[in-house]
Amino acid sequence: MENTIIVSITDRAGNEKQYEAPTDMNMNVMELCKSYELPVEGTCGGMALCASCHVYVLSDHELPEPTDDELAMLDSAFFVKDNSRLGCQIKLKDNLDGIKLELAPVSG
Amino acid sequence: MHQGRAETDIIIIGAGPVGLFAVFEAGLLKLRCHLIDVLPQAGGQLTEIYPKKPIYDIPGYPSVLAGDLVQNLLQQIAPFKPEFSLGHRAETIEKAEDGRWRVVTDRGLELMAPAIFIAGGLGCFEPRKPPLENISRFEENGIEYFVRDPEMFRNKRVVIAGGGDSALDWTIYLAEVASELVLIHRRTEFRGALDSVEKVHHLAETGRVRLVTNAQVTGLHGDKHLQGLDVLHDTDGSFRIDTDYFVPLFGLTPKLGPIGEWGLGVDNNAVKVNTFDYSTDVPGIFAIGDINTYPGKLKLILCGFHEATLACQSAFRLVHPDKKLSFKYTTVTGIEGMPS
Repeated sequence: MENTIIVSITDRAGNEKQYEAPTDMNMNVMELCKSYELPVEGTCGGMALCASCHVYVLSDHELPEPTDDELAMLDSAFFVKDNSRLGCQIKLKDNLDGIKLELAPVSG
Repeated sequence: MHQGRAETDIIIIGAGPVGLFAVFEAGLLKLRCHLIDVLPQAGGQLTEIYPKKPIYDIPGYPSVLAGDLVQNLLQQIAPFKPEFSLGHRAETIEKAEDGRWRVVTDRGLELMAPAIFIAGGLGCFEPRKPPLENISRFEENGIEYFVRDPEMFRNKRVVIAGGGDSALDWTIYLAEVASELVLIHRRTEFRGALDSVEKVHHLAETGRVRLVTNAQVTGLHGDKHLQGLDVLHDTDGSFRIDTDYFVPLFGLTPKLGPIGEWGLGVDNNAVKVNTFDYSTDVPGIFAIGDINTYPGKLKLILCGFHEATLACQSAFRLVHPDKKLSFKYTTVTGIEGMPS
């Protein structure tokens, strides 16, 4: 479908599922998770200020570099790995079709 | 107002934008307000998390910085002389013998009023706690999430963890106080003010501070009091650091906190309200702003302003059951205390 990509998300119980995601609605991964009622709080509303949308990027899709705000937030988060990102900072774009993500454990 | 007992018309729990605006609407009805907030300053998330972010959906302001909006609100409510108890966490709510509500804070302040507005936003800001087994066992027995009194660390061994400004600032300060000081950070780079980063590196070079980067604390040891930490380094593996205190400084995160224990109807971490006047299912207790939920709820400051306004109308009837309430525009009556 035009303006739709498939995003694969592994939940915290280890179950992987494919989700259709629109690329023409200025949506990010945190909002996508919430719209499918995945257990992502998105407490701060997408300002990179709470890390409740912390995900691991499992595929090698090219993502924009994290901003200073995102890096600062990841410094305060837990269970952070090299492939950690904040879902709210990943905009859903056509080049992310097939991206594989995993929800990081809830922390703090 | 920090201790003892006080009386007011409306106790407002939460001094964020919606709690502050409630003071204005209550003031127009000549109702007095007393605000409580766990944070040391008014403004809630706007001041604590994003004071420099512009907000674009406040009517009449094409753009306003969150911090400026709070300052404007404080100026707008000043004529009504609200009382503030900042740095207090509302701990318990109970019905007093005379039918009013009694709110007691964690620092022993007791407030009495016929009405309570819960404007708690995301809840109470609490320190983000590392996911370590047994961490609660050592709280106040070697683990401190805030530096309340630096003197408690004098001539003690202290480990600080974190990479932000507060971790850097306290490392600089405690370098002169602690007998041994270690700073542990997950990465090599620090995100704090450049000047602080340089100072910490200087302290490390001169041996006043042991800097352990690319490492995380993974375990706690001790009997009653903390005695040591397990640290996992990215390349060097695991080792132990003996210490008297561990101070994890990973910022604050909102938790519903005691609000969840007050017997109110709660749905998904939010208090259920009736949209007639944003009352909860307990008469006399209202919930406004991000803390409440109802069909169609949007977590917007401007919606919270509306909710506060309607809740004040019902609060007036609780405070003055015998008086008639007549609705007036500020353009007609002005604001008492301000030149019209």
